[in-house]
Amino acid sequence: MRDVAILGVGQTRFGELWDRSFREIGIEAGFQALVDAKLSSGDLGALYLGNMASGSLIAQEHIAPLILDYAGLAGHHLGGIRIEGGGASGALALHEGWLAVASGAHDFVVVGGAEKLTDVPDTEANRVASGTADHEWEVVFGATLPALWAMIARRHMHDFGTTREQLARVAVHAHEMGSKNPNAHYRNKISLEAVLGATPVAEPLGMLDCAPFSDGAAAVVLGPLDRARKFTDTPVRLLASQVACDTMAVHHRREMTTLDSTVVAAKRAFAQARRAPADVRVAEIHDAYTISGLIALEDLGFVEKGESGRAFESGAFGPTGKLTVNTSGGLKAQGRPFGAVGVAQVVEIVRQLRGEAGDRQVGGAELGLAHDVGGTGATSVVHLMERVN
Amino acid sequence: MSVARFWRETPRRYNLGGCRCPTCETVYFPPRGVCPVCAKHRQSIGRMEPYQLSGEGEVVTFTIVHDAAEGFEMQVPYALAIVRTVEGPQLTGSVVDIDPSEVSIGLRVRATFRKLREEGAAGVIHYGYKFAPMDERHRPPKRPGRSERVPSAAGAPVAATSGP
Repeated sequence: MRDVAILGVGQTRFGELWDRSFREIGIEAGFQALVDAKLSSGDLGALYLGNMASGSLIAQEHIAPLILDYAGLAGHHLGGIRIEGGGASGALALHEGWLAVASGAHDFVVVGGAEKLTDVPDTEANRVASGTADHEWEVVFGATLPALWAMIARRHMHDFGTTREQLARVAVHAHEMGSKNPNAHYRNKISLEAVLGATPVAEPLGMLDCAPFSDGAAAVVLGPLDRARKFTDTPVRLLASQVACDTMAVHHRREMTTLDSTVVAAKRAFAQARRAPADVRVAEIHDAYTISGLIALEDLGFVEKGESGRAFESGAFGPTGKLTVNTSGGLKAQGRPFGAVGVAQVVEIVRQLRGEAGDRQVGGAELGLAHDVGGTGATSVVHLMERVN
Repeated sequence: MSVARFWRETPRRYNLGGCRCPTCETVYFPPRGVCPVCAKHRQSIGRMEPYQLSGEGEVVTFTIVHDAAEGFEMQVPYALAIVRTVEGPQLTGSVVDIDPSEVSIGLRVRATFRKLREEGAAGVIHYGYKFAPMDERHRPPKRPGRSERVPSAAGAPVAATSGP
């Protein structure tokens, strides 16, 4: 396997993009990434496109050729492959792109993630999102995605003394960071009291513990590291790409408060990169729900089991912490266009490693991590990236 | 959901029919074709035995749902729990016959056959298990059913509406 570099990144604004279609946002992100990489379309080997539910959400399947076509590339007859793994679809697409370049099957590929969620009402988006849980044995019996995460939260509070306020801190932090990100769905700061007093969704989680439904797209260009300097002065090396799966239903997990898929994907990724969690300066973690943000910190190895609530409350993962999480605003504030999330996380890490993150830039960013989860943790994907000096 | 898709799971949803691995004797619900934990798990293929769950268990964790799953809109707020059965398997289901605010981790419950949801005014009605507290003291006073007649304030018998 050869070393792989991220040569270019692109991303649309996330949010309720009522005036823009799925194909428009997909193409915008892709072209931004190609221009950033200074790569011509003729050099490309394939497109890997992460998307969760275009069939249910916009009645359009077969979307990889659609994007290639409207990008003006139909005549190049590239391979276009769509990849689905719930909310982890984008990170899975990156994994496939990494495999293609690392193996030598392709030299240069575009990895995209795109989702159009606001072309349907919220109730319909909720129904589609719940399809990433076990439909037959969870959803039919009254479960929703927030309800399943709420049950994980309740057990975490019971076992480790995690408080409602500690959960809420994750959302407050996300909006604080999102306020500095021009692409974020939400750029308003929110108070702890606002999170605690928000309309209940599934107790103990309220409206502001849950990431929104957003439209958006993101893309990166990958190529072999040894040819990267031809295209960019600031290549970022993709050190590790790992995927792990677990049971579909939460009730079948070994333990209620641990995502074994994340634990295993992270262990494999740190072993692959020959790095440790303590080396990571900046991380994008899966804060689709405040509880998922907290347990990610434990499962990725950044804090001891059960300590995430107290550690987060102490500011350990804020802008001045040794590790800063979700500088983009995370899923909570930057937004949650399901299939685009995993790619957008990597876009943010690359910007941080290059020193191009504007007002939200952290100092001394050499190693970054991106963590994406499908459903309630049946799929987890972990990527590690480092700046090439 | 098509009628067949729900109907084919009837033995599981109505009667909690699980299965057991003949080698390691682990019990599963819903039934599986392959034992995931058994060291010789390929030997379990085609040999898993039917095994009836008692329906008794305790709450491992729970939530009170306000933003309902599809078809549960009329039931909010409802308690939803993961229940560990005495035979071992864990299930997700709602907890009924108790005020949702009284549900707690460790609450002993028993499966009860109930209406789950209906597909609109003219669609299929889905039935299956929910959980009720085993200890009677958790149960709210029984409300009169549709067939029961209660005297109105004026003394004339009127039909009472049934609960959900």
